[in-house]
Amino acid sequence: MGTSVFYFVATLSVIFALMVVFAKNPIHSVLYLILTFFTFTIHYVLLNAQFLAVVNFIVYMGAIMVLFLFVLMLLNLNKDNEPNKSALLKVVGIIAGGCLVVTLIGSLKSVAIANPLVLKNPNLGLVENLGKELFGPFMLPFELSSLLLLSAMVGAVLLTKKEEKANG
Amino acid sequence: MGSLFENMQSVPLNHYIWFCAIIFTIGVVGVLTRRNAIVIFMSVELMLNAVNLLLAAFSVHHNDPSGQVFVFFIMALAAAEVAVGLSIIVMVYRNTQSIDINVLNRLKW
Repeated sequence: MGTSVFYFVATLSVIFALMVVFAKNPIHSVLYLILTFFTFTIHYVLLNAQFLAVVNFIVYMGAIMVLFLFVLMLLNLNKDNEPNKSALLKVVGIIAGGCLVVTLIGSLKSVAIANPLVLKNPNLGLVENLGKELFGPFMLPFELSSLLLLSAMVGAVLLTKKEEKANG
Repeated sequence: MGSLFENMQSVPLNHYIWFCAIIFTIGVVGVLTRRNAIVIFMSVELMLNAVNLLLAAFSVHHNDPSGQVFVFFIMALAAAEVAVGLSIIVMVYRNTQSIDINVLNRLKW
C-alpha cells in the first residue's frame, strides 16, 4: 500500500477539481465540489489531522455545500444557461493557469524540501492538542472569529432582505 | 489511525506542494474562464482548500500545531465569506435576473 493511497487520492481530487471547473451545469459543479472536499478530508486523515478532517467534513461538505446547493436551486437558473465565453478567453485563461502552475512548481523546486513527511508527535492533530493551542495562545483570534461569524450572519440577513422602500 | 500514517511517512513534502499548487491553479483557471458567479465562488473555495491542505502538511512537517489552528480560522473565514458572497449573488440575481458576471461590467469603470 505505502504511499500509493496519497497519490491515488491526489489524482482523484485533481480530476474532481477539473470537473468542478469544466462542468457545464452548475449543479454538477457543486456535486463534484463535494467529492473534491471529501478527498481533501481523506488527505487530512492521512496527515493524522483528525480534528481538521472532522471540521472539514462538517463545515465544508455539510454547511457550505448545502448553502451553495440551496442558493443554486433558489435561483432557478435552468432557463438561462450560462452563455459561453469566447473560446479565445478560455484558451487565454488556461494558458495563464498553466504559466502559474509552472511558475509555482519551478520556484518551489529550488526550495527542495524533498525529505519525507514525518509525524514526530502522533497526537499533533488531535482535538486535545489543538484545543490547548486554540484556547491558549490563540484565544483572542478565536473570540474575534466569533465576532466575524456574527457580523457575517447579520450582513447576510441584511443583504438578502428585500428593501421595503424600493418596493413600496 | 496511527498505522495508516506509518504508511504515509514516505510521501515527500514536495509532492504536497505540487499537488496543492495544481489544485490552486485549477481554482485560478476556474475564476478566469467561467462567467457564472456561483462557479467562481466554488473556484475560490478550491483555492482556499488547497492552501488549507498545504498549511496542514507544513504543520505536520514542522511539528507545530499552529498551522492547523490557522486552518481552523481559514475555515471559519470561508464560511463567513460564503454566506456574505452568496447573499450578494442572490441580491444581484434579484436585480438583474442573471448571475452572469458580465452583467456587472459597469463595476469596472
